[in-house]
Amino acid sequence: MAEPARAKPKPTPETQHFWDGAKAGELRLQRCDACANVYFPPRPFCPSCASRKVSVFKASGKGKLYSYVINHRPAAPGFTPPYAIAVVELDEGPRMMSNIIDCPQTPEALELDMKLEVAFQQLDDKITLPVFRPAKG
Amino acid sequence: MRRNQVAVVGAAETTELGVIPNMSQIQLHADAALNAIADAGLKLSDIDGIATAVETPQQIAHYLGITPTWVDGTSVGGCSFMLHVRHAAAAIEAGLCKTVLITHAESGKSMIGKLPRSTPADSLNGQFEAPYGVYGPPSMFPIPVLRFMKTHGITHEQLAMVAVVQREWAAKNPRATMKDPITVADVLNSRMIAYPFRLLQCCLVTDGGGALILTSADRAKDFPRKPVYILGTGESVETPMVSQMQTFDSSRAFKVAGPLAFKEAGIAHKDVDHLMIYDAFAHLPLYGLGDLGFMPHEETGKFIADGNTRPGGKLPLNTNGGGLSYMHSGMYGMYALQESVRQMRGIAPAQVPNAKISVCHGVGGMFAASGTIIFTNEK
Repeated sequence: MAEPARAKPKPTPETQHFWDGAKAGELRLQRCDACANVYFPPRPFCPSCASRKVSVFKASGKGKLYSYVINHRPAAPGFTPPYAIAVVELDEGPRMMSNIIDCPQTPEALELDMKLEVAFQQLDDKITLPVFRPAKG
Repeated sequence: MRRNQVAVVGAAETTELGVIPNMSQIQLHADAALNAIADAGLKLSDIDGIATAVETPQQIAHYLGITPTWVDGTSVGGCSFMLHVRHAAAAIEAGLCKTVLITHAESGKSMIGKLPRSTPADSLNGQFEAPYGVYGPPSMFPIPVLRFMKTHGITHEQLAMVAVVQREWAAKNPRATMKDPITVADVLNSRMIAYPFRLLQCCLVTDGGGALILTSADRAKDFPRKPVYILGTGESVETPMVSQMQTFDSSRAFKVAGPLAFKEAGIAHKDVDHLMIYDAFAHLPLYGLGDLGFMPHEETGKFIADGNTRPGGKLPLNTNGGGLSYMHSGMYGMYALQESVRQMRGIAPAQVPNAKISVCHGVGGMFAASGTIIFTNEK
C-alpha cells in the first residue's frame, strides 16, 4: 500500500489569488479599501467592516515567531519528526501558520519573537507553500 | 435566561468507561441514555426533546425509539453538551418541550462505528493549516502555550503540576483510568508529544459516554434524585483555525462564555465551591482560571502549583481527575458536566464537603468554541 500523501491545499475561487501569488514567489494579503484593515485568510470582503471593496497586495514577507510546537508524534504524512509547526505574526498584522526552515527544530534555536522572512516551498506543479526562515542580518 | 427554572433530574455515564471493545458508538450513546433514564425514573416515551453532537439527533432518536418535538444537533466539539444544556434550558422555559435527553458517546479508543474525522483540502483549515503538518489535537491544541507562558511568566514546572494535581483527584476515583501518583519529574520525563507538552500533559484516549435529562424546576421535585438547578449559562465560538485566534494570551470564546454565565447566575467568584475546566491538555485550566476571571493569568500557574486546586485546597478543580487522568473519549465536556452534577448531588467519589455552587467550563475544538454552565443544589 502506498504511503499516505502529504496534505496539500486545494484553492477555492476566493483563495486562488493567494496560491497564484505563492507560485509566483509572492506572499499576498488583502487590504480593505474602506477601513484599511489587512486580513488573512483570504475572502472577498473585509471581516472588520464588511466592505466588499478589497485589494490584494504583495506583503513584505517579514514577520516574527509568535508561537509554535515541535511535533514529535504522531507525525503528519510527509513530515519527519521532530518538526516545528509555527504561527508567524506578519509585519502587516495578520498571523499565519507555517513551518520554519533553515533552522534547527529545537527550543533553543526557535526563540519566540525571532525575526523571520518568507520563503517558498514547491510541493508540485500547482502548489507552492509559503514557509519562513530566520531573517538574515 | 432566568435562574433555577430548569434542573438536571437524570445523569449517568456508560456502564463501563475506558476500553469497551464490545459496543459500537451508537450503542454507547444508548447505554448512557438508558442509564440516565433509569436514574431519573422515567420511560423512553417521557422524552420529548433530544440533543447530541457528532452523531445526529435523528440517529440517536431513531436508535432509542424516541419521537421528539425539539431537537438540537449543535456540534462544536467537546463543549457541545454545555451548549445543549443552555439551549435545552431555554427551550424548556419557552415551553417547546418538557423533558430533554442530551447524549454523548464516543468509541474514541476502540473506534467501533465511529464516524471518520477529515479535513477537506479546500476548506480553510485544509488550505492554511493542514499543509504545515498538523495532525490531530496534540499537534494543534498546544500551539498557543509557549506564547501564553512568555506573556504571563508561566513555567514548565507549573504546567507539569496541573497533571500532578489532577492525578491526586483521580486516585480517589475508582472509575478513573489512571490512578497511580505522579511527580513533576515524572511529567517532565514522560515521552515528548509536541514540545512543550509531554505524554502526561495530554488527555487520555478512551471509550465511553454520558447522558443528562433536564426538565422544569417545578417538575424536578417529583423525581427520585435531588434536583441540580441551572443557575447560569454562557456560550460562544471563535475560529476553527487555532492560528487565527485573536491572541494566544487568552481565549476569546472563554472570555465571552464564562463571564456571561457568571452574570446570569448573579454570583461572585468567591461563591464557587467546585470548578471543572475541560482539560484536554495541561494549559487549559490556566486559560480557564484567567479567562473566567478567577485571577489574572499571571497567577494561574502559581495558584495550581501551590496546591490551591488539589484535594483539600480552596478551589477544588477537576475533581474526577479530568481528561488527563479520568477519561477522554474525544469530546470530554459531558464527563465534566457529570462530575458537576455528582458534586451537586453530594455523591461524587471525591466529594467536596457542602458544595453548593459548581462551575463547569468547556472547550470545543482548539479554543474554537466554549460553553459554561453554573449549577446549584439550592433553589
